[in-house]
Amino acid sequence: MATKKMAIIATKGALDMAYPPLILASTAAALGWDVQIFFTFYGLQLLRKDLSGIAISPIGNPAMPMPVPMPVLVSALPGMQAMATSMMKAKMKKKGVASLEELRSLCLEAEVKFIACQMTVDLFDFEKSEFIDGVEYGGAATFMKFAGETDVCLFI
Amino acid sequence: MNFDKEFDASGLACPLPIVKTKKSLNDMASGQVLRVVSTDPGSVCDMAAFAEQTGNALLESGEEGGKYVFFLKKA
Repeated sequence: MATKKMAIIATKGALDMAYPPLILASTAAALGWDVQIFFTFYGLQLLRKDLSGIAISPIGNPAMPMPVPMPVLVSALPGMQAMATSMMKAKMKKKGVASLEELRSLCLEAEVKFIACQMTVDLFDFEKSEFIDGVEYGGAATFMKFAGETDVCLFI
Repeated sequence: MNFDKEFDASGLACPLPIVKTKKSLNDMASGQVLRVVSTDPGSVCDMAAFAEQTGNALLESGEEGGKYVFFLKKA
């Protein structure tokens, strides 16, 4: 049986949107798949050594379950994003959901290849030293080369 | 059922039971049996899908004292 392949484009850097690429990549790798994630725009945040700044915001997110009904203007008050983030992280921990750091390490350990989009790295003035080791840098053509051979290709 | 190694995934949520089951199998020899215990209801379907896709045989799958128990034979 030929090894299956999956390519993911990770474009989001919010806490909730950081999970799907890492969950799917670590799982596919556990199933023996060959996996690459191409990080671009806000997805680049997931490559930073320090992930503690990854947050979730109740603003513009009407589907987010809240302990009490929360008017939009209240959600916009200073400190609300930090509060929502710490509540979400605490809930995740309680329910046995892995941290982003853990999922990312599991991906790297299982040889998931991480590619940072060079154009957006330059756009946001990221330094390579801000990112974890083992990241490769490339552009759309680099992604397409692998994506063209995949069984599953996702844009997240 | 006899087994060679055990992995307790109690309290862990998706995808950790599967990803860590795979890690547990890594240092085992072909034919050896791994017993996995999980509290994640999703792991019932996931473990079957894992076995099917990796060739590791799911010898037995059941519930024991409110937990899910699996026996996997390494391919």
